[in-house]
Amino acid sequence: MLTRLTIHELGARFRSGEATPSQAAREYLDRIAALDPKVKAYLTLTAAAALTQAREADARFKSKAPLGPLDGVPLAVKDVLCTRGVRTTCGSKILEAFVPPYDATVVAKLRSAGCVILGKLNMDEFAMGSSTENSAYFTTRNPWDLSRVPGGSSGGSAAAVAADLAATTLGTDTGGSIRQPAAFCGNVGFKPTYGRVSRYGLIAFASSLDQVGPFTKDVADAALMLQTIAGHDPMDSTSATIPVPDYSAALRLGVKGLRVGIPAEYFIDGLDPEVETAVRAAIGTLKSLGAKTESVSLPHTEYGLAAYYVIAPAEASSNLARYDGVKYGLRVPGARDLIDMYSRTRGAGFGAEVKRRVMLGTYALSAGYHDAYYGKAQKVRTLVLRDFQRAFERVDVIVAPTTPGVAFKMGEREDPLQMYLNDVFTIPVNLAGLPGLSMPAGFTRTGLPIGLQIIGKAFDEATLLRTAQAYEAATAWRARKPELAA
Amino acid sequence: MSHAYEVVIGLEVHAQLRTRTKMFCGCSTAFGAPPNTQTCPVCQGMPGTLPVLNRRAVEFGIKTALAINCTVSADNRFARKHYYYPDMPKNYQISQYEEPLAEHGYLDIEVGGVARRIGIQRLHLEEDVGKLIHEGNLETAPSSQVDFNRAGVPLMEIVSMPDMRTSDEAAAYLKSLRAIVVYLDVCDGNMEEGSLRCDANISLRRPGATELGTKVEIKNMNSFRNVQHALEYEIKRQARALDTGERIVQETRLWDPDKAHTVSMRSKEFAHDYRYFPEPDLPPLDVAPAWIEAVRATLPELPAARRQRFMTGYALSAYDSEVATQSKGLADYFEAAAKDSPNPKTVANWVLNELLRVVPPDDEKAIAACPIKPAGLAGLITLIEDGTISGRIAKEVFEKMFQTGEDARTIVSREGLTQVADAGELGAVVDTVLAGHAKVVEDYKAGKKAALGFLVGQVMKATAGKASPAVVNSLLLEKLPKL
Repeated sequence: MLTRLTIHELGARFRSGEATPSQAAREYLDRIAALDPKVKAYLTLTAAAALTQAREADARFKSKAPLGPLDGVPLAVKDVLCTRGVRTTCGSKILEAFVPPYDATVVAKLRSAGCVILGKLNMDEFAMGSSTENSAYFTTRNPWDLSRVPGGSSGGSAAAVAADLAATTLGTDTGGSIRQPAAFCGNVGFKPTYGRVSRYGLIAFASSLDQVGPFTKDVADAALMLQTIAGHDPMDSTSATIPVPDYSAALRLGVKGLRVGIPAEYFIDGLDPEVETAVRAAIGTLKSLGAKTESVSLPHTEYGLAAYYVIAPAEASSNLARYDGVKYGLRVPGARDLIDMYSRTRGAGFGAEVKRRVMLGTYALSAGYHDAYYGKAQKVRTLVLRDFQRAFERVDVIVAPTTPGVAFKMGEREDPLQMYLNDVFTIPVNLAGLPGLSMPAGFTRTGLPIGLQIIGKAFDEATLLRTAQAYEAATAWRARKPELAA
Repeated sequence: MSHAYEVVIGLEVHAQLRTRTKMFCGCSTAFGAPPNTQTCPVCQGMPGTLPVLNRRAVEFGIKTALAINCTVSADNRFARKHYYYPDMPKNYQISQYEEPLAEHGYLDIEVGGVARRIGIQRLHLEEDVGKLIHEGNLETAPSSQVDFNRAGVPLMEIVSMPDMRTSDEAAAYLKSLRAIVVYLDVCDGNMEEGSLRCDANISLRRPGATELGTKVEIKNMNSFRNVQHALEYEIKRQARALDTGERIVQETRLWDPDKAHTVSMRSKEFAHDYRYFPEPDLPPLDVAPAWIEAVRATLPELPAARRQRFMTGYALSAYDSEVATQSKGLADYFEAAAKDSPNPKTVANWVLNELLRVVPPDDEKAIAACPIKPAGLAGLITLIEDGTISGRIAKEVFEKMFQTGEDARTIVSREGLTQVADAGELGAVVDTVLAGHAKVVEDYKAGKKAALGFLVGQVMKATAGKASPAVVNSLLLEKLPKL
């Protein structure tokens, strides 16, 4: 079954001629047809285009001229990333019929690398949520337990990789939207440093926090994906000009002598004991591999969540102002006047969580409240960043749980605040703009995946990947797959 | 009435920058293209698109800032200014708020021979919005369309201090600022097309008062004349209100040039809360001292300096120097024409009297496109000075040059306009004229010296203007006493 293979395994088969990209694409499309009605990861399938792309890849392999390690690899992208000629909904009714005339830079890079794009993946509306329950279309299921959520907002991306409905996927992470679903679905989810990957064509939720990253079946694949999508983009002024190193080469370096920090503030009341046990065991494994662990302190962690829920909604209230029914997307007819058109369109086009955040953010930026909320939150953000900078003077990476708990049941978290608490360990990393990766570190007694979070220094994804690779090689969690029957 | 109050005026000027491409994308800024043909996903504010700063626009801003004596900030930030309007693709405008490009400048003006220094609070950069096209008028239009060609065109906003005390000062400040941006070639200065727009803040107070009165903002003044008229109207309106004990409402009023009054547009009670915050899609803009110095080195001579040089270098009067330097195009024209002339004053007279009859003084495009080039005008003046043609004929030749674009010598020789200075040839004509106007000759002899001019005119007429006025004059003076 080609669908079980990683990118590098698949690439090896393509090169040796044991399999072709068309075979892989067809197997994936068959599996999607059989299983996606249960998992509900895909919002849009682009089967015909995928098969065409696959045939083109076939030809390149046949003539011994593949484009690189991703050539012919069937993958899918979160529906927050613009795809030329393919509708891009952002999980919202307001963009239900929106067909971008351009590709996001990351999508364009994947296309030039020869990837086969299977379709677009479900998500919480405008990437606001931790379960995909805020999708305007449907909730994606966790492949490990279909009554549970896959996490979010990149829930479709995580579930697709876990259920082998794509070899790899792209997601985005604003406050944990890659790492939390990766933890819930038991795969590798990697949020690079803010600025490492272009945001052009990523439909903005919170511009100063959003970052694109991959979901993969193993760490080596994460390195391959980052290698392909990283780098400066002249279309994104916030993308860094710092050179992109060879990530796959870094994987081989091991962790001997590496200094690993353990933040006390991430082992708190409310942390699921099974998660704590698994993460502590993982730390033990790293130690046994030669890493030196030490305690670090990130004292402002507890304020991160509050600051995030001011900054992210503030930026969102601004970014989402453009959905007004004037230019593209939904316009509700029958309006009396301009304001009425705005109200009807936005009233019908946005879901409850989006409206809540637009209101929160508008309030936080309003005259008279601006300094107390937005201004104060920015100061907290600086303090959170300083915490990390201080810690990274002493350690090379920081290791912690990705989430306080494991995948919860659909409909279980109705209180938005309860839902927000899911991101308490991932949000500080976004506030500081650092790279963070989640990978499987075991399972609960009931068989749900537990995520280990590795946090790196800014633009030092190589050290982070090297740590993840060493841990993965020393454990067998990756071998376990969810049982899904058609 | 109005002298019972001190008038306080501040101006906000928006100048469209003459960059080739827009502020944050590569679309053309050319004026007048069919609607929505100069747009792209970025300037249409489509989902996922990001702005990329046009450094040329920043350079133009720095250039202007230096010319109006501002301090350019090293740390610059763009900010988002929020309000909903269909002409604004993102429903926020990328502008600058707390950290403008430059601050604390001034501009010296002169009104009625009195010099005044007007403070400049700040200069910042922002993007322009699109244009709404209503079916009929705004109130009753069943539908409206949006043209985003202008959306994203770079704008520079220059905010003065409330330092102006009369509408004349406001007009002088605006003219002076316009001349500077045109001299710098950063803006075409066209107020009718909206490349240069002006809003005014105006309030009245009792002389000697330290607190400012309640200010009113006036918009929609798209010419110097409108600015002056609108301010004069508003001064009267506010004075009348204050005289009768009425409270001035802080509001925005629109100038209606047809009805010559201002009407209330929106009161500040319903003012927008723009919810500014730093633009997260653009990193802070670092303006290094070296950049500022490099721009400073490209600054051309500015109007004030050039005016001074015209007075000292060409011996022009203060008034002529002022008129000749009011646009760069006109001043350049004059200098090119006067370059090899022994008598620049004569050249100035031709430029200021004749050229300005056929081209507007502040229309750079019309001056550049004028069929009579500076060298052509210089050639014409040479023909007068070497006696080839008379001044009167020269004016005709000038007209023909303007119509055909031919040079003076070609026209003069083709049409046989060369001046007749031969005393023998002219003597016969003079004799005929004298014989035909016995009554006038008598008047002259009776002491009516003005009769001489009439006789000269008759000779000129008889020779179709080709006679040398000097020779005719001396012939008449010689012959009249003998009659």
